[in-house]
Amino acid sequence: MGSRASTLLREEEIEEIKKETGFSHSQITRLYSRFTSLDKGENGTLSREDFQRIPELAINPLGDRIINAFFPEGEDQVNFRGFMRTLAHFRPIEDNEKNKNPPTSEPLNSRTNKLLFAFRLYDLDRDDKISRDELLQVLRMMVGVNISDEQLGSIADRTIQEADTNGDNSISFSEFIKVLEKVDVEQKMSIRFLH
Amino acid sequence: CETNILYFFPMTRGNRTLTPEEEEDSQQHHNNTKAFPVLSFNFEHVRKPFEISLWILLALLMKLGFHLIPRVSHIVPESCLLIVVGLLVGGVIKALDSDASDTNSSVPVLNTKLFFLYLLPPIILDAGYFLPIRHFTENLGTILMFAVVGTLWNAFFIGGMMYGVCQIEAAQLGDVDLLSCLLFGSIISAVDPVAVLAVFEEIHINELLYILVFGESLLNDAVTVVLYHLFEEFSHAGTVTITDAFLGVICFFVVSLGGVMIGLIYGIVGAFTSRFTLHSRVIEPLFVFLYSYMAYLSAEVFHLSGIMSLIACGVAMRPYVEANISHKSYTTIKYFMKMWSSVSETLIFIFLGVSTVAGPHVWNWTFVIFTVILCLVSRVLGVVGLTFIINKFRIVKLTKKDQFIVAYGGLRGAIAFSLGFLLTDTHMKTMFLTAIITVIFFTVFVQGMTIRPLVELLAVKKKKETKRSINEEIHTQFLDHLLTGIEDVCGHYGHHHWKDKLNRFNKTYVKKCLISGERSTEPQLISFYNKMELRQAMMLVESGSLAVLPSLTSMQNIQPRDTVKQRVIPSISKRREEEIRKMLRSNLQKTRQRLRSYSRHDLMMDPFEEDLSEVKFRKQRVEMGRRVRLTETHLNVHNSLSFKGMLHCFY
Repeated sequence: MGSRASTLLREEEIEEIKKETGFSHSQITRLYSRFTSLDKGENGTLSREDFQRIPELAINPLGDRIINAFFPEGEDQVNFRGFMRTLAHFRPIEDNEKNKNPPTSEPLNSRTNKLLFAFRLYDLDRDDKISRDELLQVLRMMVGVNISDEQLGSIADRTIQEADTNGDNSISFSEFIKVLEKVDVEQKMSIRFLH
Repeated sequence: CETNILYFFPMTRGNRTLTPEEEEDSQQHHNNTKAFPVLSFNFEHVRKPFEISLWILLALLMKLGFHLIPRVSHIVPESCLLIVVGLLVGGVIKALDSDASDTNSSVPVLNTKLFFLYLLPPIILDAGYFLPIRHFTENLGTILMFAVVGTLWNAFFIGGMMYGVCQIEAAQLGDVDLLSCLLFGSIISAVDPVAVLAVFEEIHINELLYILVFGESLLNDAVTVVLYHLFEEFSHAGTVTITDAFLGVICFFVVSLGGVMIGLIYGIVGAFTSRFTLHSRVIEPLFVFLYSYMAYLSAEVFHLSGIMSLIACGVAMRPYVEANISHKSYTTIKYFMKMWSSVSETLIFIFLGVSTVAGPHVWNWTFVIFTVILCLVSRVLGVVGLTFIINKFRIVKLTKKDQFIVAYGGLRGAIAFSLGFLLTDTHMKTMFLTAIITVIFFTVFVQGMTIRPLVELLAVKKKKETKRSINEEIHTQFLDHLLTGIEDVCGHYGHHHWKDKLNRFNKTYVKKCLISGERSTEPQLISFYNKMELRQAMMLVESGSLAVLPSLTSMQNIQPRDTVKQRVIPSISKRREEEIRKMLRSNLQKTRQRLRSYSRHDLMMDPFEEDLSEVKFRKQRVEMGRRVRLTETHLNVHNSLSFKGMLHCFY
């Protein structure tokens, strides 16, 4: 909703965020205080530098990609709404949500949307496929510098060979979902936000 | 009698063994004594080991026998059958005994020392070493709640209600005081790991439920130990003060944390020792067993929780030891642990049956019936109540089905019996023992037999049978990093944050100390991948499946191709190569192996269960030989290339 000078969060905005993301009132206020503590420039938005100031994120192998995931296409600033929208993917799935009001579109924290978020972190060029190179990049980030290219290459080949069902030598989103069907994504990709 | 069967001469000089000169001497002097027996019978000399071996042999033959009768073993869990066998054997021994005029019965009873020192540790070690760590740590909070709070609730509820029952005039139980009841409650309240393992192993339930019930049965040992000693002290002293209760709480923390600490220390020392076993591969498995057993015994010395110590030792040791030891040692450890734990379990159940027949019994209808009912009621109430609280904190909630299985799986077993056996001899002791045995029989027979059809009926999720694919491994690691990052963004120090910190600490400091050679810097992904390739190599030999050939190609890629530039570390060491080659070669010479589908007592999973006929097999052996030679030449070619490359860079 654009930048604002004041740091107070208006009630209507809380309601809107609640409806869009499903967070509770107290969770939203708590995350808002975190947002403002990160926002050193005090202009109501976060830039990439604000994220990079978080120390643990700097040593995370996927740090850069995670930061990029918060920023919408081509923009350099993210406001609180965007911040919450990204975090909404990690809300635990609740059973009673299905009963309350049947959502017209799928909620942000459904299993498919969680997997889509993770998929987009692999697939940087947004062509809906994880190519061998994209996979190699991620592997290289995760294992460090001491492993030779050939070994990583064979791991990547093996990975694609296992997952690829339509023979295009890359992993599509549906293949990605299929490979992870045994993994408990609902638990793995959820953060217990304190009430 | 002390005759030594090694000597053919009758002993003429008391019990001293004779030197050759003396023997000749005595022979000359006592030529008129009876002629030397060529064949003599002396049983006492070997009595103890003979009996032990006979028991074990009997137990194992029984196990064999069950699987020859297919229908029975499908309906009745093995533990029940073993108890029945024990009852029969006990009956036979008792019948034989009552014929002889022997006053002291020679029926072997489940001696407490035998149980706690020899029969229980192998089972716990086997369970702890192969504990699924990820599931365990993810559900640790839930497990601890059930173990600590659940057991406490059970103990006090059963103890209190039994006291109430004893007050009823008609039951003639007036002499049972509150403390004795509470002591009884604390003995009977603990879920038993042996019984749970025996029953749950056969129904292949999903990992979450398995780890909940099993983890609870392991961790409640600390609670049981503390409560038991507490109430035993109190029942002698007669009164309880607030200080005593407070000390009891402190004792609980000391017992559990102390046990874990001892286990960790022995585990780290064991891991460190395994770093230097490069040249004595044969004794590597022994280190694992001995350090773990010492951890258990050391904890028992201080009355700390031996079970928790054993588990902590196995868990701490495992990742480092497995990185250090050879493949053969790993197989040996696995095999021996499964073997020992299987034998122990069998013996425990048989002895349980025998002890039931042997021991003196005091049957009091009211006491026994109420005990059984109260056990069930308190278990159900405890589980339901605790789940209600726990679900507020869990991401994936426990459903009603889960709760039912957890409640129904609360089996009692031999630990309760042994603890009861330790009680001081009073009239109440025999009554308690009878009630304990009845509860054990009830849970093992009724609940054990009905849990399988109930699991089918409720359509509870079963365990997934396949091992993790490389995709799952990569993506779960990816998600771990992602979630850690998101937690950091939120400023929320949750599960992932601490796990990441622990991993980092492990990688920078601990691994360097405890793992030998270059494997200390190997990332987890690479070791997983190598393990998978080794497994594939073995499966290639076993099943001769052509589809696996591509991975063999990829294996050939793992060669240091050019070493012109100084590479930091070659991608696969010569040692690993040798191992792969040796394994391929040795497996060719093995006779055909029948691999069965996964169960706790088997080693390998084989999804390609095929019935090879002899002709087909022989053809494949020829084919295998050709392929191995092909692989060898490829490896050799690359080796020679790399060797040449290395020489090149030295000029």
